[in-house]
Amino acid sequence: MSTIITCEHVNKEYGKKKALKDVNLSIENGRIIGLLGSNGSGKTTLIKLINGLLVPTSGEVLILGSKPGVESKKIISYLPERTYLPNNETIEQVIQYFSDFYFNFNVEKAYQLLEKLKINPKDKLSTLSKGTKEKVQLVLVMSREADVYILDEPIGGVDPVARDYILSLILDNFKEGATLIISTHLIADIEKILDDVIFIHEGKIILQSSADELRMQYKGSIENAFKEVFKNV
Amino acid sequence: MEFQFDNNSPIYLQLIQKIKIAIASGEFKPGEKLPAVRELAMESKINPNTVQRALFQLEEEKLIFTQRTNGKYITENEQKLKELRNELASNLLNEFTVKMQQLGFSKQEILELIKREEK
Repeated sequence: MSTIITCEHVNKEYGKKKALKDVNLSIENGRIIGLLGSNGSGKTTLIKLINGLLVPTSGEVLILGSKPGVESKKIISYLPERTYLPNNETIEQVIQYFSDFYFNFNVEKAYQLLEKLKINPKDKLSTLSKGTKEKVQLVLVMSREADVYILDEPIGGVDPVARDYILSLILDNFKEGATLIISTHLIADIEKILDDVIFIHEGKIILQSSADELRMQYKGSIENAFKEVFKNV
Repeated sequence: MEFQFDNNSPIYLQLIQKIKIAIASGEFKPGEKLPAVRELAMESKINPNTVQRALFQLEEEKLIFTQRTNGKYITENEQKLKELRNELASNLLNEFTVKMQQLGFSKQEILELIKREEK
């Protein structure tokens, strides 16, 4: 196993507001990692830095030893927190864009997944519900054969029944040996699939640990450990 | 084969325990091929790395073995299977005894209760 993503003394400030404070992280290849924190803790900022959508105020983010850029975007498939898909186009058209844009996009897989989810590719995005739009976006992201998948709140907008389904979709479709980073505040729903967890709070990394070690240490679920840890922060 | 897990203890330990019970109860037969890692992971909705870790430990305990690139198989070693059943039984007995003692029964009383249940 080798390191795929590192953060060294990363600070990010929005004006006077400090969103990330001296973040040091090293993420290993081939793991499923939960980035866990409450709303406003800095999860999305960290993810945007890794994706090169923001630059750190100081410090360095490295993907396989290089700064985020064209090369890292080729290997990272990213699901943003908010949808960015054009409303007046059909799903089919968007699939076409993705396959033009990403060399590792698997068109066949995208259509298969849509069929499984009973979504009609001829539908216009503007006619879809919020939950369905999120599913379409996830299908697009998981249909790329990437080395890293970064999913920012993938289950936030869907109902509890669909959550299980979405999680299996993620598990069944990420490329073997790839790294998966999932950010969420819905810990109980996803903790079974995690190898490692990162707790983030007010822009600081509080803890990075293997999920099962943490369960052992706190004699309970990750959610419970999360509550215990934050009691003392 | 679908396993259910709870969030409260390490998933890989739960998986080890569930596979052991499946072997002891004959659900997995001696010499039978285990499902592939990815298959086990998908069916149980857990992480392939977790499955890998559990299988690694079961292999250390010689309850399963790898046949070249062909996959993993349940041991046919009768001694091992016997030891496994004894281990699981002794765990259950232990748990039972502790709970009974919490209710205020002595070991002697527990034995008598079991004998009476048999009749």
